[in-house]
Amino acid sequence: MGQLFAVEIIYRGVFQKILAKNICRGIVLAAHHEGKPGLSFGRYSDSPERNGIPAKSYAIVATDEQTLEAGMAQYSPKQVDITVVLDDTLCKGLESWAWMGLQAVNRFLKPNATLAVISNESVPTLLQWIHVKDQPYRLGALPGLASFSGMWNFKDDHTDVRVLGVIAKAVPQLFSFASLEKYITTKVKDGAAKLPSAQLAYERFHPVEVRVGLGNPEPLREYTQPKWAQMREGTSIPGMAQGGPIIDPVTGVEGGHRPLRSEKFLKFATRTLRPVTNFDTCTKCTLCWLNCPDASFDVTPDGLYDTNLEACSGCGICEEICPAPNCITMVSEHQFSDNASQWAAFKQDPNAYQAWVAAKSAAAVPLGERSHGYRYKGQYQEQIPAALAVANKG
Amino acid sequence: MGTVAVQELKQKQAEQEALITGAEAIAVACKLADVDVVTAYPIRPYDTVVQYISQLVADGEMDCEYIAAEGEHSQFEIVKHASMCGARVFCGSSGVGWMYAMECLTVTPALRVPMVAMVGNRALDDPGAFGVEHNDALSVRDLGWNLIWVDSAQECLDTALLAYRIAEDRRMMVPVAISCDGSFLTHSQALVKIPTAEQVKRFLPRYDRGELLLHPDNVISIAPQCNEDWVMEIRRSNYAVTERALDVIGECYADFEQVFGRKIGNPFFEEYMTEDAEVVLVGMGTLSTPARVAIRKMREEGRKVGFVRLRWFRPFPAEALAKCLRRFKAIGVVDRDYSLGSPYLSGVLATEIRTALYPGSGPKPPVLGFICGLGGREVLVPDIEKMTGFVSQAAAGESVPLTQWIGLRE
Repeated sequence: MGQLFAVEIIYRGVFQKILAKNICRGIVLAAHHEGKPGLSFGRYSDSPERNGIPAKSYAIVATDEQTLEAGMAQYSPKQVDITVVLDDTLCKGLESWAWMGLQAVNRFLKPNATLAVISNESVPTLLQWIHVKDQPYRLGALPGLASFSGMWNFKDDHTDVRVLGVIAKAVPQLFSFASLEKYITTKVKDGAAKLPSAQLAYERFHPVEVRVGLGNPEPLREYTQPKWAQMREGTSIPGMAQGGPIIDPVTGVEGGHRPLRSEKFLKFATRTLRPVTNFDTCTKCTLCWLNCPDASFDVTPDGLYDTNLEACSGCGICEEICPAPNCITMVSEHQFSDNASQWAAFKQDPNAYQAWVAAKSAAAVPLGERSHGYRYKGQYQEQIPAALAVANKG
Repeated sequence: MGTVAVQELKQKQAEQEALITGAEAIAVACKLADVDVVTAYPIRPYDTVVQYISQLVADGEMDCEYIAAEGEHSQFEIVKHASMCGARVFCGSSGVGWMYAMECLTVTPALRVPMVAMVGNRALDDPGAFGVEHNDALSVRDLGWNLIWVDSAQECLDTALLAYRIAEDRRMMVPVAISCDGSFLTHSQALVKIPTAEQVKRFLPRYDRGELLLHPDNVISIAPQCNEDWVMEIRRSNYAVTERALDVIGECYADFEQVFGRKIGNPFFEEYMTEDAEVVLVGMGTLSTPARVAIRKMREEGRKVGFVRLRWFRPFPAEALAKCLRRFKAIGVVDRDYSLGSPYLSGVLATEIRTALYPGSGPKPPVLGFICGLGGREVLVPDIEKMTGFVSQAAAGESVPLTQWIGLRE
């Protein structure tokens, strides 16, 4: 048997689907210059047309056809040489379907393999989000914003070739930079202009070792699938029962309503921005609660509406529908490291909560100017020169 | 160097390689075959083929009528009529989409309408699932459709070209459905050799319906209402196609090898490490990948095992396959389908293979049926080893259940 290499690209549907696909094609074609056969494919169980959903693309390459065939005999590689995360907010975990549970981005890395994240955050910040792994690995950030290059219009910020540069650096046995250069100059549009970006990413990607035990210690949710005879007949599944009242953490008053939610299926992994609620301006009109497609609001004993941040998928409908000024504001997920209740914090210390809301909301892009998450319309276009400047600095 | 050799060399050089999925390979074949009418209605996983065709049309690389139908029923009706008017057509679907077109799928072979369809094999609802199961395509197995299963992107392209040649042969004039396992073929990109337009032109003559053409200059009426005085004779005429089909397919493959210079060998089934094998597994589609890997592994352990991949399910190459399989001490049939209430509760293929082995005086080795890989469940190397183990037990005369589920949580 020869050697088998696997690369995993983690991205957000639907905006990064083409980008992920292009990167995987690049891997196969660059390795092809070294006579290595390969395949690229999307994780078939994904439904990456859903906005924001965590999804995966793969490339597998081998030193010979028979070894490649052995690698093809499974749906998706379970041992990868490098994982690339195209949107750093995905570091908080992946939950593509209910039955997958919440999975860590570093889950399938071979021991000492590399996790590369496109991010302007520092490695310590990323490690607040990335879950602990039972084997050491290497973590490196490639400076940049989550790229959408390749969706509808090809807004080319060189992310594709920069990622390929990082892969050539991290897994040199997969393909050399010389092979990557051949691929970029012959197969990539404007390849000559993009080559320096790949070169700089290659030269300046310096991952650090992450020892066992470092990272987000929160437990991941695993889901044990039942045996066939344990399942209900008729392709039916149990639904959720009614919920009940909740208790005010300060006054002890019982009231309001919290719907029962699945303990197995939360939805926050889809989120790139979250609602921050100023409870002082809330008029208790109920519109956020009525319109939330994920039923993620709890009615509190004092008649307020508290977003359950494990259930919230970050769609922003509550902010749009809210008639009160300065009440609900969607803020980038980068600003947060937990899913704690905002209402509980508000009840504990209303003044401290006010200051927190003001600080978090200050960074928000106003509604109406926003597009694709926390960006404003046209921001991406505007940021291309800056992104290219980053690419050129490496 | 002779002229012919120079010509062939030039052709070889003109052959291109592309990193494409099996579905995209079929789209490329449609372009090379200069298909006139394509109808589309999206359902995963087949839809990748029409996405790629629409891109080829939009890029000006392919010239055809591209019709987005409002459902699979219309999709198949439109191409049926276009084909009757002399157009080379392409269509396809997956899972319940294919079932929604069932009325049209029924009449297409009955009216002797050649067409090439891609079935991106998908589990039938319910439950809604994207993964591969062969029951969708198998649902038309009694109706006159020619059904083939392929296992690589290259074979997708080659088979689509062959399918047009076979379907439009005047002795056939019936549709061909190419079954591609969802995911493994439809969504995985591999390097594929793309032949030149000149080669394809040499291989694929113009579609000519002759006296069957629906045209004002050839006044005919198709599909009249009739009663018991007529139906049997009409059925017998279509049955005659199936009597000829194996020979026509054999001829077309021989021509294909000559024109494209690529050896395929036996068109109907492919044998892997069977020369001295004592037991074999038989299956269709991409489970050949884990099968080959597992067979190599077991061979290294000194076990005499092999694999037979059936390509053409309709027409079923019963005599040739029976001749092949009688050589072995026991046979395991891997079904990626179910046939509830069937003889011995086996899958479709196991029942067909037992039937194929029954006539004649030759040996009748035990045939074990395995149901696995449903709904896209991975068939892994250990699964293949496990099944082969049961077949070896049967070969040794042990009593083994005739049908077993493999890879099930139980």
